[in-house]
Amino acid sequence: MTIADILKGDRGGKTMLLVLLIVTIAVPVLNQTLPAGHPWHIPTYMVTLLGKYLTYALLAVAVDLVWGYLGILSLGHGAFFALGGYAMGMYLMRQIGDRGVYGNAELPDFMVFLNWTELPWFWYGFDMFWFAMLMVMLVPGLLAFIFGWLAFRSRVTGVYLSIMTQALTYALLLAFFRNEMGFGGNNGLTDFKDILGFSLQADATRIGLFVASAVALAAGYIACRYIVNSKLGRITVAIRDAESRTRFVGYRVEHYKVWIFTFSAVLAGIAGALYVPQVGIINPGEFSPINSIELVIWVAIGGRATLYGAILGAILVNYGKTVFTGLMPDSWLFMLGALFVLVTLYLPQGIAGLFRHFKRKQPTDPADGNPAPVTEGGAA
Amino acid sequence: MSVLENVRTTMRRDQTWSIVTPKQKLELNVTTGPILYLEDVNVSFDGFKAINNLNLAIDAGELRCIIGPNGAGKTTMMDIITGKTQPDSGRAYFGSDIDLLRLSEPEIATAGIGRKFQKPTVFETHTVAENLELAMHGNKQVWYSLTAKLSGEQQDLIDETLHTIGLVEHYGKTSGALSHGQKQWLEIGMLLVQKPHLLLVDEPVAGMTHQEMDRTAELLTSLAGKHSVVVVEHDMDFVRSIARRVTVLHQGSVLAEGSMDDVQNNPKVVEVYLGE
Repeated sequence: MTIADILKGDRGGKTMLLVLLIVTIAVPVLNQTLPAGHPWHIPTYMVTLLGKYLTYALLAVAVDLVWGYLGILSLGHGAFFALGGYAMGMYLMRQIGDRGVYGNAELPDFMVFLNWTELPWFWYGFDMFWFAMLMVMLVPGLLAFIFGWLAFRSRVTGVYLSIMTQALTYALLLAFFRNEMGFGGNNGLTDFKDILGFSLQADATRIGLFVASAVALAAGYIACRYIVNSKLGRITVAIRDAESRTRFVGYRVEHYKVWIFTFSAVLAGIAGALYVPQVGIINPGEFSPINSIELVIWVAIGGRATLYGAILGAILVNYGKTVFTGLMPDSWLFMLGALFVLVTLYLPQGIAGLFRHFKRKQPTDPADGNPAPVTEGGAA
Repeated sequence: MSVLENVRTTMRRDQTWSIVTPKQKLELNVTTGPILYLEDVNVSFDGFKAINNLNLAIDAGELRCIIGPNGAGKTTMMDIITGKTQPDSGRAYFGSDIDLLRLSEPEIATAGIGRKFQKPTVFETHTVAENLELAMHGNKQVWYSLTAKLSGEQQDLIDETLHTIGLVEHYGKTSGALSHGQKQWLEIGMLLVQKPHLLLVDEPVAGMTHQEMDRTAELLTSLAGKHSVVVVEHDMDFVRSIARRVTVLHQGSVLAEGSMDDVQNNPKVVEVYLGE
């Protein structure tokens, strides 16, 4: 199974990955080779901004997997993103060492400030990169697994589940605000110095993080596409369309839901881990319910159940956010709301749906139907 | 008081806790009795007795038609057998060993009971062939599905079933685009690839033309023998064309049972059907 096999028939995905590849090569080159005054020069802050968009895009792909394909509207995916971010933030905090304001080699500044004398047990191990990376995936994954297991086994669905996910992220928001939690309270984790020994202020590190985000996005996309194309993906869609029918055919629906939900949470965690070193801070605000709702809007605008639509939506909306919050800071939320209403009313399948609409107008005959992937698999 | 009672029921010495008893083996055993056996089953919804002391036995290989006026409990009975509804009391056995009331819907499906719904329910965004692939018997674990490929044998089964249900030329079509009758057929096809021992078929000919009905009748009769088939149907002509034994349900219990002629001449049945 090569990447080409996975992307067969996925024109949107191929185009998107090609653009991503070009951007990933062009941006560092334009940043490094051209002088600062040159019109084609890309300043370093722009590289980091783009890197941030890419992590959002990965998060949107994760949401699209559960919402678009499994039909679970999760309004709490921001929580998994933030947990991944916190795990990365803890590693970065430990990397500061004695360069903090208080110069304590063992304790991060906020702990010294709170008069703590030793490191809490849950901070152990975060000085090791591999351990932190493991936690980036394990913590969101485990939370999603437990939450999903309880919710899906009790057959909580629809709007009730959405409200529960919203409550989950809100509860975490409140918990992380508390200083006693040991995650820096209100201020969160910040003032990072370096990652794996490379200074976070250096251009090279920033480009490295940008490229890492692009690679993670591409890998996440391909992984999701593989899942969606597999039999597992077809069962997932079957659950979305006719849940009880899927049960009567003999599938344990809750196992499938937990699996997809957990996988999606892990992806969200990875996105969060790449986001934090680029923006330089993680605080409880990332758990805010508004964030989770906003990212659902990105997916809706891009077009759900397409995967590449989620990427498109995340990047476009966030670019719009950057531009418009600069021009008219107060108006952005109104614009986002209006955009969501308009897309829901006139473009129920999002921007990706628009592409498909135009494609359908070309003289292809939809009546003969494209050959089923089932048959292709069977020939092997 | 009720706490004490709860403790007493939990700690009963003549029973082991359900969590420590081993999982049932899902192997059908029909050597000593009927394939499906319902005894004194009761279900009530908000005080309304949907099923009232229902007793029913279906023999292996039998084709049984179940008729009855609206609200007689036909669909509720199917819900009990397939694990969707838990009865208030009673017993339900599949073969002589499998206790249906202790199993979930997927487990019952795996044990070998297939169901066709009253309203045709197929996976609308999937193609016809994919619908059959999903319904196919076999390993249904999550990790297995991630890498699952159709074997040649399974592909053959799909092709064969497409022939049987007359949808060969539509195999690549989205099943949501099929006509009502075709969806009915597709759902029957999904039952076939599931390879169940017992088929529960709820109103198979609703929305079908007479020709299609004849084909359905032919198919269901050909299935009997190898499988056991329970058909719930309103269309009397259709029932007459396939039925050997007919059970009449009324107000949640069996009113009459026998051949079509016996049942039709039964004064109680006439009264229920022709009104007060």
